[in-house]
Amino acid sequence: MAALLNSIGYDGWILPALLLLPLLGAAVLWMHGATGTRRDARVTGAALVTPADEVLSGRAAWPRMAALIIFGLEFVLSLGLWFTFDPATSAWQSRFQMPWIPVWGVTVDLGIDGIALMMVLLTTFIMVLAVAGSWTSIRQKAHAYYALLMVLTTGMLGVFVALDVFLFYVMWEVMLVPMYFIIGIWGGQRRIYASLKFFLYTMIGGLLMLVGIVYLGLNVADPVTGIPNFSYDVILQQANVPHSAALWLFGAFFLAFAVKVPMFPFHTWLPDAHVEAPTAGSVILASVMLKLGAFGFLRLAVPFFPTAAMDDTIRMIILVLAVIGIVYGALLSLVQPDFKKLVAYSSVSHLGFVMLGIFALTVQSVQGAVMVMISHGISTGALFFLIGMVYERRHTREIAAYGGIARVIPLFATLLVIVALSSIGVPGTNGFIGEFLVLIGAFRTYPMLAVIATTVVILAAAYLLWAVQRIIFNPLDKPENEHIPDLNRRELLVMAPLIAAIIWMGVYPAPILRRTEAAAERFVRLVETRSAVDQATTVPGGAR
Amino acid sequence: MLDLSLPLHLTIAVVPELIVMVGAMLLLLWAAWRPESAAHQRAVGIAAIGVAVLGLVAVSYYVGRFEATDGAIAVDNFRWLMSIVILIGTIATIALGIEDNERVGIHFAESHVLVLLASSGMMLLAGARDLMMIFLGIELMSIAMYALAGMNRRNPRSAEGALKYFLLGAFSTAFMLYGMALIYGATGSVRLAEIGERVLTMNLVASPIFLIGIAMLLVGFGFKVSSVPFHMYAPDVYEGAPTAITAYMAATVKAAAFAAFIRIWLEAFPLAADAWRPAVAVLAIATMIIGNAVGLAQRNLKRLLAYSSIGHAGYLLVAIAAGTSQGASAMVFYLLAYTIATFGAFAVISMLGRPGDGRVTTDDISGLWHVQPSMAIAMSIFMLALLGFPFFGGAGFLAKWYIIKAALEAAEPQTMLVVVMAITSVIAAGYYLYVVMVMFMRVRPEGSVVPAGATGMTRAIIVVAAALTIGIGLVPDLIIRYANIARPRIAVPRTAAMIPPVAPGGAFGRATPRGDPAPDASVGRAP
Repeated sequence: MAALLNSIGYDGWILPALLLLPLLGAAVLWMHGATGTRRDARVTGAALVTPADEVLSGRAAWPRMAALIIFGLEFVLSLGLWFTFDPATSAWQSRFQMPWIPVWGVTVDLGIDGIALMMVLLTTFIMVLAVAGSWTSIRQKAHAYYALLMVLTTGMLGVFVALDVFLFYVMWEVMLVPMYFIIGIWGGQRRIYASLKFFLYTMIGGLLMLVGIVYLGLNVADPVTGIPNFSYDVILQQANVPHSAALWLFGAFFLAFAVKVPMFPFHTWLPDAHVEAPTAGSVILASVMLKLGAFGFLRLAVPFFPTAAMDDTIRMIILVLAVIGIVYGALLSLVQPDFKKLVAYSSVSHLGFVMLGIFALTVQSVQGAVMVMISHGISTGALFFLIGMVYERRHTREIAAYGGIARVIPLFATLLVIVALSSIGVPGTNGFIGEFLVLIGAFRTYPMLAVIATTVVILAAAYLLWAVQRIIFNPLDKPENEHIPDLNRRELLVMAPLIAAIIWMGVYPAPILRRTEAAAERFVRLVETRSAVDQATTVPGGAR
Repeated sequence: MLDLSLPLHLTIAVVPELIVMVGAMLLLLWAAWRPESAAHQRAVGIAAIGVAVLGLVAVSYYVGRFEATDGAIAVDNFRWLMSIVILIGTIATIALGIEDNERVGIHFAESHVLVLLASSGMMLLAGARDLMMIFLGIELMSIAMYALAGMNRRNPRSAEGALKYFLLGAFSTAFMLYGMALIYGATGSVRLAEIGERVLTMNLVASPIFLIGIAMLLVGFGFKVSSVPFHMYAPDVYEGAPTAITAYMAATVKAAAFAAFIRIWLEAFPLAADAWRPAVAVLAIATMIIGNAVGLAQRNLKRLLAYSSIGHAGYLLVAIAAGTSQGASAMVFYLLAYTIATFGAFAVISMLGRPGDGRVTTDDISGLWHVQPSMAIAMSIFMLALLGFPFFGGAGFLAKWYIIKAALEAAEPQTMLVVVMAITSVIAAGYYLYVVMVMFMRVRPEGSVVPAGATGMTRAIIVVAAALTIGIGLVPDLIIRYANIARPRIAVPRTAAMIPPVAPGGAFGRATPRGDPAPDASVGRAP
């Protein structure tokens, strides 16, 4: 397979192709939608197509078909990376370099390591399902909706593959606008508030990070021409940042990523955005966008400023915040009456594990963190899909409004149980592997925190199983629940790959672990050696 | 190399200004020749565009071609590129004005002539290296602007705004003149380069007269660029003036004032940087915070953009506080991007304006996306450009980035200002996004009039502005190369005497202190 792909030069063009394809798709969909609207306006005599009038006609069906094809193609294209990726090396692979703004030293520099590989595949995988999951729920302005999903994809993939920090920042912000529109136009009751909150929270972190990026770029500027340099590798190797500045810069990057993760106490945008977003929006937020924050820590914040990040006090603060996030998210999930909100808070808890894994800084815990990122993407995505499916039937997400529906819709009930178990982290499902690795890894460096985090796994079982019990098992006492149609074929097709991934990753995670190992090892080694070296030079005598 | 003491060379140096001025005079005669009518207004307007285009062609020819070191007028790329920005604004103003006048019912053909006259004053400002010349430029520009602000005679708000503008403008000019007199008194020269030299030779860095003169000039320019606390007139004037003139005031007048501002500060006062930098920094911080925070409360789009323009004045003050020629380059780029986005936004407002006074509130644009999708999208691009958002706001982001870069690159990094800039940008997002939100996420009120689609020149401005914003954002290299050579020619040798005592700027110093890389190295060279 790899040989076949190499014969067509796959490695050289795949990453730019993955970024450009959705953009082109967005342009096509947009133009088609715009001409369609104009045609309608001419027929009716006035441009009075109000949102309610626009029903699911043949015109609305075209964009979703086109979107499915484009995202399908995107996924198939990205699958090749799985085969061409060489797990033995931690060097960048599938590299693509092109000048962009030479006078500022900005390049289009793309490449992946094992972690980025997994994130890219997760993104393209989830996007196909997101389109299939939006199939009937998006009835207004479908062309704009799918066009925005495509721009969003470019932004998310761009963050994962950018090796130029300027480009990284641009992509970081690119994904913000489509999500803002997706929540704000197609969202629920409080969508405007939620979308603005989401936008502003992310933007303030991002802008401070921008200042940090400019500082770093100028720090490694060419001494002769004065042209800054934003190449990731160059900054990593040559940046000479004094300790006091490193603390501030780490703070700027930390804020940008901590909001995105989201870490306690920067998480308040998340429940709003998750609950108000349309199903596909929630899925993408949970599955991919939250991972961007953790990815930012792994890629930029910690390697750039190891002394600041590994400073005993700062590291302890972050770890404690991570554990607070784990406990607090789980406790809040326990009392949520709204199922979607429950899952949203459970994300805070899961992402706490990721942060714990990253900052515990052992190869196992970092690999575990990556594993949690992937499996949370799949399990929580699946949970949001299921919530969306039942919401389309009953138009409520209140847990109390259901009860005993296992007898009415058995297929749904079966899937919900499987997905809930994987989210809890029962052995044999994907959730187990990641959390187990994080806890083992963290136990070696921070046993106390690991013990606290372990007990929360019990809480996770409590809130999810209790919710599942109230939704599908209790007595069927509400007449309006008696005639809900079960999942249809399309919905089963959406869920099948997710269930397959849950079980495959739970039973045989070795291929994934093998591919992320080199990158995780590199991360740990880099941070350890650099923080040791820096401490030895900054603290006289290196005494600690 | 031009020798400005020779009449021929001096004439060559001011050909673009001459074209615009002579054209304006001729058009003035023609405008007065016929009675007022819509058709005549249009014809004169189109001729005025022709004159401005001619001026633009001349200036573009000059870029990178001539240079001179001495004289009352600069012959450098900073002047040419600023003139290009000004003339682009002029052309857009007249084009927008022709159709806006028709819509609102103003038939004075002279309005276009006044715009040309104001523009010639602005071009002088961009090139002046002499306090007298600067004053001449300021007056030529301002007097025409006072008349333009009050052009819509039937609208009482317009009259109120014009009177306010005139009184405060006259007041600020007095400050400026007083400052110039004091500076002349202290140094004995009105030439910027000579002032700069004499500060060194006569050791005036601590001279009270000189410093008071700088402070007075700062107040005067503060008025012209509408920086806080001298901004009070701006929202009223912007609201009252016809939409095209509002755009002109928000973008082009500001551009010209900033061009003179930074040139004086870089050429005449670099050695007094320690004295003026804190003052400029305080102005910048106040302007960024207040301009953007008050913008949040606005529901009338013209007032909203007025406050946004105040916020932008704050960002540009950061470039001045940097006090380097990179700051000047950043300013040129910023003003270009800002001009494009501002005219695009005002073109949309002009299309949506109510007949009579051209008022547009956020209610008027509710649900615009559902009835005029392309206009809503264009407006969003301009809002995101003004916000400085990457990709979707294209050039606007790079402009902001350029200023951040210049401020951090300066010999004394302005970290504090940059952080304030980042935080106030988030405040600004509150109102720029409000406009976007209203257009896309609100439902169009029942029975509201569907605005007619953009037509003619207004449509052309919207399309070109949107395309340029995105296009420059994607492929900015050429424009940045030009901006990089747009540096005022600093004649003062930067001697050891001027290197400020080591004072780490902002929250942290830098690892390897880097000087300001040769400010003059690239002047006069084409990219």
